[in-house]
Amino acid sequence: MNLIEIIALVLGALTIASGLMVVLSTHPVRSVLYLILTFFLISANYILLNAQFLAIVNIVVYAGAVMVLFLFVLMLLNLSKDNEPKASNLMKLAASVAAGVLVLVLLAAFRETTLVEMKTAVGANSEGLVENLGNLLFTKYVLPFELSSVLFIAAMVGAVLLSKKEKHLID
Amino acid sequence: MDTGIIIEKSILIVILFAVSLGAAAYLTLLERKVAAWMQNRIGPDRAGKWGLLQPLADGGKLFFKEDFIPTNADRFLFIIGPGLSMGFALMSSVVIPWGPDIYMFGKQIALQVTDINVGILFVMAISSVAVYGIMIGAWASNNKYSLFSAIRASSQMISYELALGVSIITVVMLSGSLSIKDIVESQHGMNWNIWYQPLGFIIYFVCLIAELNRAPFDMAECESELITGHHTEYGAMKMGFYLFAEYTHLFIGSAIVSILYFGGYNFPGMDYFSGNTLAILGVVAFFVKIAFFIFVIMWIRWTLPRFRYDQLMDLGWKRLIPLSLVNLMITAIVIAATSGWFSGNTTNENSTSTAQIESVEGSSSQTTNLNK
Repeated sequence: MNLIEIIALVLGALTIASGLMVVLSTHPVRSVLYLILTFFLISANYILLNAQFLAIVNIVVYAGAVMVLFLFVLMLLNLSKDNEPKASNLMKLAASVAAGVLVLVLLAAFRETTLVEMKTAVGANSEGLVENLGNLLFTKYVLPFELSSVLFIAAMVGAVLLSKKEKHLID
Repeated sequence: MDTGIIIEKSILIVILFAVSLGAAAYLTLLERKVAAWMQNRIGPDRAGKWGLLQPLADGGKLFFKEDFIPTNADRFLFIIGPGLSMGFALMSSVVIPWGPDIYMFGKQIALQVTDINVGILFVMAISSVAVYGIMIGAWASNNKYSLFSAIRASSQMISYELALGVSIITVVMLSGSLSIKDIVESQHGMNWNIWYQPLGFIIYFVCLIAELNRAPFDMAECESELITGHHTEYGAMKMGFYLFAEYTHLFIGSAIVSILYFGGYNFPGMDYFSGNTLAILGVVAFFVKIAFFIFVIMWIRWTLPRFRYDQLMDLGWKRLIPLSLVNLMITAIVIAATSGWFSGNTTNENSTSTAQIESVEGSSSQTTNLNK
């Protein structure tokens, strides 16, 4: 076992542990903070795979923007352990069913996977570098890429429409 | 790995650490001197000549003050908040090229800790997560004013980051690379990006001041409404950390502006020099530019009154973002036109990507890399 494999193992364990803490910690703000930590650890995993662009974009988008909004909303609502609504039994049942379905899908996906040896040597894989990623996105995967941008615009227009409508009603 | 590189980089990191902290300490003095000058006062002049020992006296005072934690504060997060703020502030200096390569002990030494190929995105990432220091510390101190400050800081950061990012993209399109070293190298001599991107510079500079939480955008710590915002409950060196982080951000932010729009270490007439002379002059030119922008930001702080919160959001979302998008479009069209996209004789036949538009303008090495 070489040094990189040890680092990969430790990182993976840390990532899973902090992911678990997101679910296990009872305080909403702490949960979000663990989620932020998880995103940073995932970025570290990307860097280990030499995917620098993905790692940084993961931090900019998820750790930097999305999680700031999460934290913002939590602080605005001032949620804490005391006034968190208690989950009813029906909700617990629904949650278990949803989680069970997710596990089923994941198992079905993982059933046929094989272990691939990690290419971790310096310069061994350049697939994650920004030039190659850009080339792929604008040639082979141009349709899904453009479609996802249309999806984002639709979501944006929807959000604007929702806020406009509310204002109209008040007038 | 080569031990020489490790030693070289370690020395560089230690120097950077010392310079960033020293600059931050002396910027507090500079700020007070500039404020005094603008208001026709003398400013601090008791400690040492021209008050030069004032930062040391301030630091010493902060170290010896009582270090307290409020009863209802979240102890762990309260302690970690200032640390995060400081850590993130110091991180982005590692990707900044401080000067041309120097030659020492028969080796070529780059004055940059690491030249990662997504350097400018790294800077953006750090500036976008830097707000966590404020948010965590403010939330943990369990104070209503601090909480307001955290909410304001986060929403302001999110609003201004978009225009900031778009104006960085325009610069990246001009230089054809995300690596900061390449961006600086593409502005050789007086070929600075400011001549091509005057509007982009103004947008970037306004957004930078907002990201730095400086007046007129210092909604997070506006004294008249929120006492001092996120560090209301902090004292001693923990508050010192917040102040240090703010001034370190100011230093690094000015460095990034000079890199993106004013050529970094490039200066007119640099072709007449070479080797170590060029390196030293380059570093001096870079620091002159940094000092100039620090002064401009301070000048703005002591000249303009603070925005109201809705004006701040209006400016961010309704003015700067559309402007920066228009600027992006115009730049893209001009780049496409100058590289022959509309006359039919394109350099890359099978390409429809902006990545390749960038590469036309960019360094030749990258163009060959893409054409493979």
